[in-house]
Amino acid sequence: MTKTIQTVGVCGAAGTMGAGIAIVAARAGFRTIAFDKSPEGLSRAAQNTAAFFDKSVQRGKMDTRMRDQILARLSATSEIDALSDCDLVIEAVFEDIGVKKQLLAELDAVCSPETIFASNTSTLSITEIASGSTRPERVVGMHFCLPAQLMKLVEMTPGILTDPGVFATAWNWTEQSGQRPVRTQDKPGFILNALLVPFNNDAIRAVEAGVASADDIDRAIKVALGYKMGPLELIDLIGLDTQIRLCEAFYPTTLDPRASAPPLLRRMVAAGLLGRKSGRGFFEYENSAMFGA
Amino acid sequence: MKYFVQENPQSRSFPGGDPFLAGASARNEADVLVITGDAACPQDTKFSAVLVELDLECLGARTGEGDGEEGSNVVGFARYRNGNEPPSSLIELVRQKNTAAGAIEAAKAVLQAAGFSVSVCTDQPGRIIDRLVRPKYNVALRFLDEGLASRADIDLTCQLGLGYPDGPIERVIRGGLGRHYDIAQALFETYGNPGFAPARRSVVAKQRREN
Repeated sequence: MTKTIQTVGVCGAAGTMGAGIAIVAARAGFRTIAFDKSPEGLSRAAQNTAAFFDKSVQRGKMDTRMRDQILARLSATSEIDALSDCDLVIEAVFEDIGVKKQLLAELDAVCSPETIFASNTSTLSITEIASGSTRPERVVGMHFCLPAQLMKLVEMTPGILTDPGVFATAWNWTEQSGQRPVRTQDKPGFILNALLVPFNNDAIRAVEAGVASADDIDRAIKVALGYKMGPLELIDLIGLDTQIRLCEAFYPTTLDPRASAPPLLRRMVAAGLLGRKSGRGFFEYENSAMFGA
Repeated sequence: MKYFVQENPQSRSFPGGDPFLAGASARNEADVLVITGDAACPQDTKFSAVLVELDLECLGARTGEGDGEEGSNVVGFARYRNGNEPPSSLIELVRQKNTAAGAIEAAKAVLQAAGFSVSVCTDQPGRIIDRLVRPKYNVALRFLDEGLASRADIDLTCQLGLGYPDGPIERVIRGGLGRHYDIAQALFETYGNPGFAPARRSVVAKQRREN
């Protein structure tokens, strides 16, 4: 039987992804409870959320009355017990299997047996995450893209034990929220990261093999394929350290050589070249200007 | 800077009627010689650069190779094209270790003046684009076989999630699975990397003699 979702909880709501998912839920008309263990983080996220909707008003996407209604639907808490009434809880906590399984165990003790749990994981197995819950049949994968409040795509994945009715309810909720779900199997990286992470590694290996400079590679990809961003510029944006973490999530599971972290990537991270956030990766960044490196 | 084009009807980069051909000067006025198609590669030092068109082969296959110190005024080029779709505005310029810097600069000058974007790469199979996209196309085709998601959803995921103008499966099919097989197989034979091994669907297309 399809369950009606009225109240949505978001765990890890102080983070960029969690805050974005909370915006999606509240904007779509659902009572939304943003949960995070960091009250300071929640406070920052609330300010950013208010600023986001202020901009929406300025750009004519909504009026002030609508903004106020959305913000009134959105509350924040650092007490997990506050999620007890949620029909759907979406977790966007740190990408660590132990952390996610522990959270599900805590939610089991708080939430109704009817509550649906969704994981925003981009790399971990939904089935494995679900094993942290006593009700794995009520766990689904729901991978939003950054920034969630602007990107429509959601990769939705049933685990081995997921109840088809639960998956259908979660799917319907995603559509009601104005997102565009695509169904994938529970395999490493689903669609998006399974294609992107090895592709980005190939670009790094091309630099390392002396095929061309980062600048020449990115220009070629953008001009020939019409991509908005070249792979090396994208890695700089993602963070070179994050790219290593992605590789370390995929390679042990897939043993795909393309998913293993290229030696150049490891050397650059060791040298502190992390991409945009450190001011230098494959390119140098100064006052938002980009220079080929 | 002026260029002369020694035309070959089989050119993938500059098919008949391409505006670049119309912009050429007389041979005796040209600084750069552009040889299209699979023609012989002359040693002609009268020109600042001699551009020879490449398809799947390396520049070394046209110039000959020796002890790793190759290089002259000869520069390879390939205008990127997805199968038989109209050529893009990207030209990959291929250099060898000792290719004259002046030859690269002259080649870039005439091509950029004609409105092309130029990326310079070393003489390795697949150059930049095919080296990077062919493994991705193989994986996307394998995902389709394995039922990871539907063709439409795989393509849509790349469009919505990564901002691509089209999806990898749509694109590789448009460019021709037989053509994908030829390129991927050539890369696989050279590198031995399983990521280049042609995906099953392209093997089938090749067996059926599809483009």
